[in-house]
Amino acid sequence: MKRMVVALVVTLALAFVLLLTGAMLELGPVAIDLRAPVAAHLAQSGVSHPVTAVLLNYRGYDTLLEIAVLLLALLAILAVVGDTAATRPMASHPVLQMLARLATPLMIVVAIYLLWAGAFRPGGAFQAGAVLAAAAVLLHLVGLLPGWSTPGLRLRIGLVAGFALFLAVATGLLMHGTLLQYPPAAAGVLILLIEAGLTVSLALILAGLFLFLAREEAA
Amino acid sequence: MSTGFVFALTGAALFALGVAGVVLIGHLLRRILAFNLMGSGTYLVLVGLAQRHDVPDPVPQAMVLTGIVVAVAATALALALVRKLHALTGQVELPDDANG
Repeated sequence: MKRMVVALVVTLALAFVLLLTGAMLELGPVAIDLRAPVAAHLAQSGVSHPVTAVLLNYRGYDTLLEIAVLLLALLAILAVVGDTAATRPMASHPVLQMLARLATPLMIVVAIYLLWAGAFRPGGAFQAGAVLAAAAVLLHLVGLLPGWSTPGLRLRIGLVAGFALFLAVATGLLMHGTLLQYPPAAAGVLILLIEAGLTVSLALILAGLFLFLAREEAA
Repeated sequence: MSTGFVFALTGAALFALGVAGVVLIGHLLRRILAFNLMGSGTYLVLVGLAQRHDVPDPVPQAMVLTGIVVAVAATALALALVRKLHALTGQVELPDDANG
């Protein structure tokens, strides 16, 4: 019985791959081509890199809800894990600790560069936040940063700052017309402001996804 | 055959592999990995097919970026739930619901 199920699933998966390959080989013309509109409005979007323009200007809703989803996931994790004692960092090899101490300032510089570069080349808030969070995880793994226990007030403010700032800008723009429709003159500054807030919050949230889970169960 | 098409084909294969894993594997940690494989396959298809013109389409790339972040959040939540399940029952598999 079990073997039949496995054979059935594998056959279906292979059939799916073949079907999809066939479909991709016979791909027709694009029904909705968004490249031209994206390029046409790039000058008004405040940034010169099309992906950043899509993420933070044309499809600002997606990014707003994306940070909300991350925050929600973190809250759910805090609710699931419950109250536990903060773990002490494990003693690690001094060479590893030395390397992490050297790498962390470099990672912070790289994150700031990525944030700045997002306006005109690949980069942006999410990449910068991921690099910062990676630095925190690295410090935790070599035993320099303890796992986080229940967040205090400052950490809570940091976690929601990006979402709150984004929401404040969005509702502020509502007075001028539409939600999340930046005036072209101020778009560049507003996007950089939102991205800076997003970077801080994303770094804390992504690091929190790891560091809150790194705690030992108090059982 | 362009590079983008190779990406898309690999993505289709990864997605099917992930679906088979999610259906067949009982161990929850490996099931989460299989679920992530499905996601990665989808991203490869989106990014690969977006490259079939001279100028890559930026909209699927932005969608993939959003998708990656949401997938990270979902994975972390799933891992937290698995840890809780392990702490409560000592199991890392879902109970058999044949009689439920």
